[in-house]
Amino acid sequence: MSSETQKILTTDGIPLEESLRKAEKKNKIKAFLLVCPLLLFLIITYVFPIGDMLFRSVDDRMVTKMLPKTYKAMEQWDGKELPPEEVFKGFYLDYKKLVEEKTFGKLATQLNYEKNGFKSILKKLKRKMKKFEEGNYKEQIMSVHKRWANVEYWRALKRRAPSYSYSKYLKGIDMYENEDGQIVQVPEDRRVHKILWMRTLEVALFVTIFCFLMAYPIAHLLATLPMKYSNLLMICVLLPFWTSLLVRTASWMILLQQQGIVNDFFVWIGLVADDNRPEMMYNKTGTYVAMTQILLPFMVLPLYSVMKTISPSLMRAGKSLGGTPFIAFWKIYFPLTIPGIGAGCLLVFILAIGYYITPALVGGASGTLISNQIAFHMKSTLDWSFASAMGLMLLTGVLAIYWVYNKLVGVDNIKLG
Amino acid sequence: MALPKYTEPHYRIWHYFYLFVCSCVFFFLIAPLFVIFPLSFNAEEFLVFSDGMKRLDPDAFSLRWYHDMVYGTKNPWGLAAKNSFIIAIFATLGSVLLGTVAALGLSSRHMPYKGIIMATLISPMIVPLIISGVAIFFFMAKVGLAATHTGIVLAHIVLGTPFVVITVTATLSGFDHSVTRAAASLGSDPVNTFMKITLPLILPGVISGGLFAFVTSFDEVVVVLFLAGLDNTTIPIQMWTGLREQLSPTILAVATCLIVLSTLILVTAELLRRRSERIRGINR
Repeated sequence: MSSETQKILTTDGIPLEESLRKAEKKNKIKAFLLVCPLLLFLIITYVFPIGDMLFRSVDDRMVTKMLPKTYKAMEQWDGKELPPEEVFKGFYLDYKKLVEEKTFGKLATQLNYEKNGFKSILKKLKRKMKKFEEGNYKEQIMSVHKRWANVEYWRALKRRAPSYSYSKYLKGIDMYENEDGQIVQVPEDRRVHKILWMRTLEVALFVTIFCFLMAYPIAHLLATLPMKYSNLLMICVLLPFWTSLLVRTASWMILLQQQGIVNDFFVWIGLVADDNRPEMMYNKTGTYVAMTQILLPFMVLPLYSVMKTISPSLMRAGKSLGGTPFIAFWKIYFPLTIPGIGAGCLLVFILAIGYYITPALVGGASGTLISNQIAFHMKSTLDWSFASAMGLMLLTGVLAIYWVYNKLVGVDNIKLG
Repeated sequence: MALPKYTEPHYRIWHYFYLFVCSCVFFFLIAPLFVIFPLSFNAEEFLVFSDGMKRLDPDAFSLRWYHDMVYGTKNPWGLAAKNSFIIAIFATLGSVLLGTVAALGLSSRHMPYKGIIMATLISPMIVPLIISGVAIFFFMAKVGLAATHTGIVLAHIVLGTPFVVITVTATLSGFDHSVTRAAASLGSDPVNTFMKITLPLILPGVISGGLFAFVTSFDEVVVVLFLAGLDNTTIPIQMWTGLREQLSPTILAVATCLIVLSTLILVTAELLRRRSERIRGINR
């Protein structure tokens, strides 16, 4: 009775195998259809906008579109010496059109990002341009300001010619493409972004370590105490978790201010003099303290859920076999909690690296992180493409850790209380 | 956790040290919330404990900041509260609806590409809010929904669904699928089965996911900072502005109200979690 000769048939006469496969397929489609609405919603309102951000961060068509004649003429120019008359003429015609359309301000802003000092000479050119005579634009433009006779500015203009550029990403790591097309670092005293990246990593790392050191003992206590006590203590972990982030930050602002309770306490125990109270807010200390407290529950919960599953008899067995409590802990208990440690640390690190509100409120100038810089460029300088580029660099880092988290822990194992 | 009688002295000391460390950490976690209560009843304008308060002098306490919160004109807390509740309620409804349906699909063992889809659905929770804020702001500006309630509600649905998906899939993981098969074999159609059998069983998970979504929306400030116009101001926005400019005791009055609210939500969520575990027969 081989399978070739006798296939099992359903009552409809279809082979069972095929019928099962059909049912399986139907179920698959059914399950997928259920997920579809949310997936589509997220793709439209979330995934697509992030893709749009990527496009925005490399999109440099604005300047290209504003100066079509200039760039046409520049194709012939090798960039070594001052460009020929045609380039000046093209630039004059393009700029005149922008002045008439009243959009020259945008060009000035854009070119000023590329090289400082463009804004003022463009304004001056706009004023003087009305009296320009036809022909010999090179001389006339150069006579407006000496910077117009500086080849550096024309090279800067040429660098903005391509429609797409990765210059914002270079700027995000304090690099730029110099006149010869080489990628070099900006001068030492202007490397602001590198400091911010390093500080963000440092803060995230230390906050993760502090959270781990504080969460491990209390998670252990919660997991080993009898139910009725641990439920009560669990509230202490969950209440901050459910409380508004701004409320928690506000309470730290009150505690850490110079006349605040923490300083009062330090004076009272004689650690510091009353007239020499340390500044604990608006610097890195404030960021560390507040972020550690705020992110602590995210470390406690995964540790607790792992420790809960470890049978206490294992420790007893270790001790009965001759290990001291420390050895029993180190050789038996601790290795078993490693999945929880991994989950908690990765989660806290991911959350800390993108923190915005708390550093903005208690961080001051020396405690701000990369997120604050992104917000600054979104709100103040309005350099949205740079903000997008920085955001995507941060996102890449976060997604990499998220990927590791997903491999090690699995997203469906995230614990929420 | 009493120590056995035969414990050696140095382990005894170590044990008490451990308990001491634990209590310090618990203190660190919970104490900051409690400075806000007394200071919100301060009669003076300063954010420090006045001498009168330290002596528990009744004159040093007053409700003037609560009065200011309700009737004050400087910060429109009333409008902010109204907006916050409207936005949070609609965002919660949207998140719960989309999230629960998606969780039902994800919990099916037939679901294709489960890992990648789950990771995508959870990602709004993981991606830094500032990035979500920037991206959603560009999108809403493009479709003309910036500075509207609709835009903020949609953004908050994005941020709230991961919590619903997580809690509902967690509830469904202990779900006994034979009850739905039993219902089907007794002649019930799928919708009826869902309404009469599945939903009541997973309801605690759905509600606690909804509470998470509500709190997420109610607390959310980063995305709203980008999206909100003057008419869409919310409580977090008002607090953010207040904390940046000048920390006034009125903010502490608002903060106290928020702590009371979050305590209520926490208690509800805890009760639901226990009920859910009891229904699903998980004994701990």
